[in-house]
Parts: sequence; structure tokens; C-alpha cells
Amino acid sequence: MVKALEPQRDGREWLASTFVWSAAALVTATFCWLLGDILWHGLSHLSWTFLTAPPQNAGREGGIGPILVSTALILSVCLGVSVPIGVGTAVLLAEFTTDGTLFGRLTRRSLDVLSGVPSIVFGLFGNAFFCQTLGLGFSILSGGLTLACMVLPILIRSTEEGFRAVPADYRLSAAALGLSRTTTLVHLLLPAAVPGLLVGLVLGVGRAMAETAALIFTSGYVDRMPESLLDSGRALSLHIFDLSMNVSGGDAHAYASALVLVVSLLTINGTASWLADHWLHRRIVTI
Amino acid sequence: MKPSMSTPDTQPWFPLEERPICCVPKPFIEVEQLCLYYGQKLAFRDVTLAINQGCITALVGPSGCGKTSFLSSLNRLTDLIPGCRLSGRIRLDGLDVMALDTDMIRLRRRVGMIFQKPNPFPLSIRKNLEFPLREHGLRDRKRLASTIETGLRDVGLWDEVKDRLDSPALALSGGQQQRLCIARALVLSPDVLLMDEPCSALDPLSSGVVEDLIVGLRGRYTVLIVTHNLAQARRIADYAGLFWVQQGAGQLIEAGTAKQIFEKPRESLTAAYVSGMRG
Repeated sequence: MVKALEPQRDGREWLASTFVWSAAALVTATFCWLLGDILWHGLSHLSWTFLTAPPQNAGREGGIGPILVSTALILSVCLGVSVPIGVGTAVLLAEFTTDGTLFGRLTRRSLDVLSGVPSIVFGLFGNAFFCQTLGLGFSILSGGLTLACMVLPILIRSTEEGFRAVPADYRLSAAALGLSRTTTLVHLLLPAAVPGLLVGLVLGVGRAMAETAALIFTSGYVDRMPESLLDSGRALSLHIFDLSMNVSGGDAHAYASALVLVVSLLTINGTASWLADHWLHRRIVTI
Repeated sequence: MKPSMSTPDTQPWFPLEERPICCVPKPFIEVEQLCLYYGQKLAFRDVTLAINQGCITALVGPSGCGKTSFLSSLNRLTDLIPGCRLSGRIRLDGLDVMALDTDMIRLRRRVGMIFQKPNPFPLSIRKNLEFPLREHGLRDRKRLASTIETGLRDVGLWDEVKDRLDSPALALSGGQQQRLCIARALVLSPDVLLMDEPCSALDPLSSGVVEDLIVGLRGRYTVLIVTHNLAQARRIADYAGLFWVQQGAGQLIEAGTAKQIFEKPRESLTAAYVSGMRG
């Protein structure tokens, strides 16, 4: 009886589901293999000393302390600059420009093109503009600002999507209650758009943390502990690149550094989705 | 009668006043030759209608004949739609609604609106009422609490939610959400309530509760309700108007007392519609 009720699978459906499942399996397997490889080679070198000590012998020995500090600083500069500008632009695009206008179309098109530009181009631009024209030299500040330029398009577009996903009902009912646009924006739309902002942040931070090419030309190579934002500082991804490409015998520490990078990315992703699920939900419900 | 109207700027907040009882035919909203365009398209043309104070006026007619657009033009919610344009005249208690310098925030506070789909904010039940009140200048905690309680009692929601005021409004049932939306509009003590098919998204039981609530508003508020439910219009309305699409745009075919519209319509179209033969 139960068997008779089971839907008859025809050949096409079988083919489609096999294709979908194998594609999913392939992606998952690639990720697992990559993670497994990094864990296998990197875990044994990971220790508190490795995380805090300065690198020695071009990174073959010692740790990645100053590199972690530089990375954090570059990321802070990048987010400190890109989040306010990104949210502002997203608000302008989603709430104050009507869909058809030339301004809106041009801005969106430019952002889409910018988000596809190779990072090396951003690196050269950052070098020419921040390092030379503005005279910031090879510094954490230049690197952070360059990354901000790179991350902005992603951040703006996904925050804008966040605003667009807020039901039009909220705007209508808020207007019908005589609430001003600013109030509506700050108290209703912004909290509701935060999930979109978080998606943009996760993507943006991922891209920024993984960035190598743009940083070679802007924040530089120096692996000493930075003393100010105007010092040159080496980012983690750049350190991995250097260890695996230029330093013979640096593979072990390259693996350990890659492990640190992957774990911190996963932590950031996890925190972002936790925030979206718990803290924000509570906040939106009970402001 | 309305002391608040004379001192609008010095007194951002005023308590709910006793309003005159219904059916002293005194026009509160006067609409003359009102046309509304979406871009080039005419949504409705030449609507002339006087809406009496303290009464329930029902607008009936088939979908797409401009009833909702007409409703949203009265609190200028149509301003939010790009390319939307109004012509004609709307006077609300002497105020020129369509004047450029009309204070939208004050206008929309005097003219509350209830939508077809209940649309509470994604906040707690309490915040749904407190947030608009605060924005309109009521900050005193005690008065906030008592106004919220009165508002919820007015819609018969107090006993159902008094123990969970801080739980999310979206967890309420559809009927409760709609009553919360009505309370949210009422606590701002508006003069006019525009209701756009407030019962059509609700189950029959909740619909009945909301309908009784609307009847209870008679006399204290000027209610303009759009409904597809002719029986409902017949039950609750003091006045009624029929909208119909003619020559590609909505038009007010006939308006009058509910008794006249439902029992002795002048137009044959009205007669056919209210008897259920058309529409």
C-alpha cells in the first residue's frame, strides 16, 4: 500500500537529482579535503607561542604575533571606513533613489563592475593614490583604505538588498502613523536591514582577510610589530603567500598560519550568523 | 470642541476628547473634483464627496476602481508612490490637505489608517504603541502606560495581552494583530480613521470582533471604510458610496445615506451592485 503511494520517479528526475547531489557532494568534499589538509599539516605547529611570538628566520621559526596584530589593524581600518560609507550609500540607493533614475542605475552599475575588478588593480590604485598621492607610504592605513575600496561594492549591494527585503508595509504604516522618514529609517528599517548588512560584512571580511595582491603594494611586507597605523605591516594572507612561495622550508608555518586564517574566518562567519539569529532578533522584537 | 487644533505647536500631545455623537450631518472632509494619476494613467476621476463627522461611511465597488487610492489620497499617503499626482481639492476640518505646506506629520496623525493586511511593527506589543506615541511627543512613562492600556482596552485587547505586553506583536493572531493596529492608530487620538478592507484578511470570527469594534468607534471618530463585503457595509455604515470603473478610470457613481444606497438607489448600476446582480 505504502509502495503504491510512493511517487514514480522517471528517468529525468533521477538524472536531475543525481546531478544536484553530486554537485553538492563535490563542493563539500573539496572544502573538507582542504580543511583536512590544513589541519593535518598545521595543527601540530599551533601553540600559544606561535600565536604571540615574532617571526624569526624569515618565518621558518618563531610565530606570527606581529602579523596577527597587523592583520587586525588593517581589518579595523577597512571596516571602520567601509561600514559607515557602505550603510550610508545603501540607504541612499534603497530608500531615497527611485528605481528608474539615471543616478541610481549608474551607481548600481558602477558598483557591480567594481566588485568584479581583480584585486591587483585595487592594489595598484591604492599604491598610486593612498601611498603616493596622499603620501601615506607603505602603511597599514594605506592597506586598510585600499581594502575598504575593495569591500565597499559588496557591502553596499548586500546592505541595499537588506533594505529592499524589508516589507513595504512597514514604510506605509509608519508613514500613515505620521512618523518621520528619519525615525522610520533609524528605528524600523535599519534594524530590519541588519541581516543584509551582516551578510555583506561576512563576504567583505572574507575577501579582505584573504587578500594578498592588493596588500603587497599598499601595506607592505614588513613583519615587525607595527607601532602606529603609518607603519608597514604584513597581513596574514601575505605571510602565507611569502612562506609558501619565497621561503624554502617555510611550509610548516605556512600551514599553521593558514589554519589560523581559516579558523578566524569561520569564527567571524559563525559570530555573524549567531548575531543575526539571536541578539538581533531579540533586539528587533523588544528594541 | 477641539482645543488642540488651536494650539498645535505648543502642545504636541493632547488627550482624547469627547466627540459629538454621530449623524448630525456635518461634513468633516470635503472632497471636490479629485483626480489621481499614476504617471499618465488616471486611477479615478472627479470624485466629489462630503464625509460627515462622527459617522461611518462605507465605500463599496469592485476591485481596481480606485477605492484604496482614494483612501490613501486623504492622508496623502499617495505621496510615497513615485509618479503619483493628485488634482482637485480636499478640505479636512478647514485644512487644505493638498496644499504644499501642509504638515504631513500632523495631517497623518489626525487621519489614521488601517490596512487590509494587519501590519504591526516587528516589535513587542507595548513598543508597537509606545513607539509612535513617543515620536509624537508623549514621553512621560506613567501617561504612556495609561494611554497604552486605554488604547488596548478600546480595542478589547487588554485582557488578552496584558500579561505579555513585551512579547512580539507578530506572534499574535491575525485578528489580534489587526486590533493592535487599530489601537496603534487610536492612541494618537486621530479625528479620522481610514480603513482599507480591515476585515478581509481575517477569519469570520475575528472579522466579527473587528467589525463590532468599528461600530463602537461611531460618534468618536469619522470612519471611512472600504469594504468588499456588502453585508458588512449594510450592517455598519451610516453613509455609503459606490465606486465603479467607467471609461478606464474609477468614478464615484453614487453616494448617500446607507439606507438610500441600499434600499432606494438612484442609479441602475448601484441597484444592480447592491442587489448582487453585478460586481
